[in-house]
Amino acid sequence: MQMAVENPEPLLEVTGLSVEFRTERGWTKVLDDVGFSLGRGRTLALVGESGSGKTVTSLAVMGLLPPRGSRLVGSVRLDGRELVGMPESKLIETRGRDIGMIFQEPRRSLNPAFTVGEQIAEVVRRHDGLSRKDAWSRAVEMLDAVQIPEAARRARHYPHEFSGGMCQRVMLAGALVCRPQLLIADEPTTALDVTVQARMLKLMNDLQADSDLSILFITHDLAVVSEMADDVAVMYAGQLVEQAPIDELLVRPQHPYTAGLLASSPDVQGTVERMRHIPGSVPAVGNWPSGCRFHPRCEYARGGQCDSDPAVLLQVGRGRLSRCLRTSELTLQGVQT
Amino acid sequence: MLKFISQRVLMAVPVLLLVSLFTFLLLDLLPGDAAVAIAGENATEEQIALTRERLGLDSPFLERFWNWVSSAAQGDLGTSLYTGQSVTEAIGERLPVTASLGLVALLMAVVVAIPLGAIAATRPGSLADRVVISATSLAMAVPPFVLGLVLVVVFAIQLQFLPATGYTAIAEEGLWGWLSHLILPAIAVAGIMAAELARQTRGALLDALSQSYVRTAKARGLRPPTVVGKHALKNAATPIVTVLALQIGHVLGAAVTVEFVFAIPGFGSLAVNAVNLRDVPLIQGVVFVSALVVLAANLLADVVYGYLNPKLRV
Repeated sequence: MQMAVENPEPLLEVTGLSVEFRTERGWTKVLDDVGFSLGRGRTLALVGESGSGKTVTSLAVMGLLPPRGSRLVGSVRLDGRELVGMPESKLIETRGRDIGMIFQEPRRSLNPAFTVGEQIAEVVRRHDGLSRKDAWSRAVEMLDAVQIPEAARRARHYPHEFSGGMCQRVMLAGALVCRPQLLIADEPTTALDVTVQARMLKLMNDLQADSDLSILFITHDLAVVSEMADDVAVMYAGQLVEQAPIDELLVRPQHPYTAGLLASSPDVQGTVERMRHIPGSVPAVGNWPSGCRFHPRCEYARGGQCDSDPAVLLQVGRGRLSRCLRTSELTLQGVQT
Repeated sequence: MLKFISQRVLMAVPVLLLVSLFTFLLLDLLPGDAAVAIAGENATEEQIALTRERLGLDSPFLERFWNWVSSAAQGDLGTSLYTGQSVTEAIGERLPVTASLGLVALLMAVVVAIPLGAIAATRPGSLADRVVISATSLAMAVPPFVLGLVLVVVFAIQLQFLPATGYTAIAEEGLWGWLSHLILPAIAVAGIMAAELARQTRGALLDALSQSYVRTAKARGLRPPTVVGKHALKNAATPIVTVLALQIGHVLGAAVTVEFVFAIPGFGSLAVNAVNLRDVPLIQGVVFVSALVVLAANLLADVVYGYLNPKLRV
């Protein structure tokens, strides 16, 4: 990952991205001014609890938000091209070809009525215009690349004949078969056993090392982040609250929420005894507190400041951002490494 | 697959036996019998008794049933009490007519209903969706013979587009002659079928479209027709096929009234005549063949399930 050539222009650049959903009470904001950038060949982890807006962010990048039930402002640039406002007829060409995506529940993400080979081959036929026969051999090659044993035979099998871990590798094969520059992985290992998870992560790292693939890795699991990511963007209640290179973030978080996540992550902490948890839960969408949205759960919150002043994203070092109003006064505990 | 089919065929035998037994029982319980009708209005008790003996109606119930079953097993369903024609032959003449009607109706229903269901399912809550829902509700409330009468008045009598009555085989007057006589009655039969099919398609597709694999298909840039027509529809097809198989029975039912309206010499009118005349062997034969058709339709549906859902394959 670190070996990748530094290209000054990032592959994916998201700026000022806000998303609203239509609800019974009118338009409700679910994503508020989110921005990040992802360099070529690098991995950015988007971290947060459920309801923080990670998945909405990924769907917004894909242009897959429901057209009538949502509206979006901001900018999503992929390889210099603006995706927001791009007509659907052009956007549909980028999906699967320039951006691949895998999801949390691999088995349910595959169509039970078609062979896995067909589900990969159809993507090649769609985007690269290959013949049925050539597309099928590409699918078999790809299954081999994601370490499905006896790929040629297994390609003719159906998803229910595969284990969960294998299903996710099949999903990965389908996502990468057209050699996209960007892979969006939305909690790809959450539903898998720990050993299967480790193998999946290694496979993703290996495939990335062989190409110039950039990965937007969405997870709530900081242990996974520490293995996969170059950079981390932490989300809370529809906002980005901290962004930093992974090494710095682990050692010295700059936002109390990140520090809380680190403290409550057993795999990163090493022992359960040291584990703590963040009191309370993520506020519901549309019910966000004033001031800093994390202040009701924050042990450092100061009345008259954190509950009223708007919290903005501040530059707190080279390549580091934090949305904490008191970030300059605080010295937060990271993880000893 | 062959083992599966032969198993299912074997399982059909007791069903057919039970159906035949029940028909036999019911016909036996019916007041008055064929002998009374055949012997004529002014017949004496003695003449009626003689007729009864001649027709074999005086032997014990089980004996009569056994005789019928053993000859039915050899393809002989007895002889009509009135025409003296073999029942197998009579049905053999009439069934192709109703099969033509049913097939054309089924085809019409599928061709209209599945796109309508798909249009509704891909735009839930839209104007198109609401139109489909209202139109199908309306169509389900119109009995086939009413629809048939309306069609006759409008298209046959007023506009004179198509013939109002009758039937010609392809061999006689060619494809168009055959089809022109079938279009109106087929629409009459297809109305309710199309409505139910469209609703089932809409519901099943709505469910399929909310599944994760549809999101995957979209995320891979597949075009909407592929996402809906391939990925969602194959998964939604199982309940649709179930409804289709059930509709085969419905075709036989609707044929009774629709063939009457259009004066089509089909299986339905044969059944009506048989019942009116208390032609016991013919009624028995008609019920038996109807059961056979329904069982065959279900077997076909079961085979199709295996194609649609790989998990069901052995």
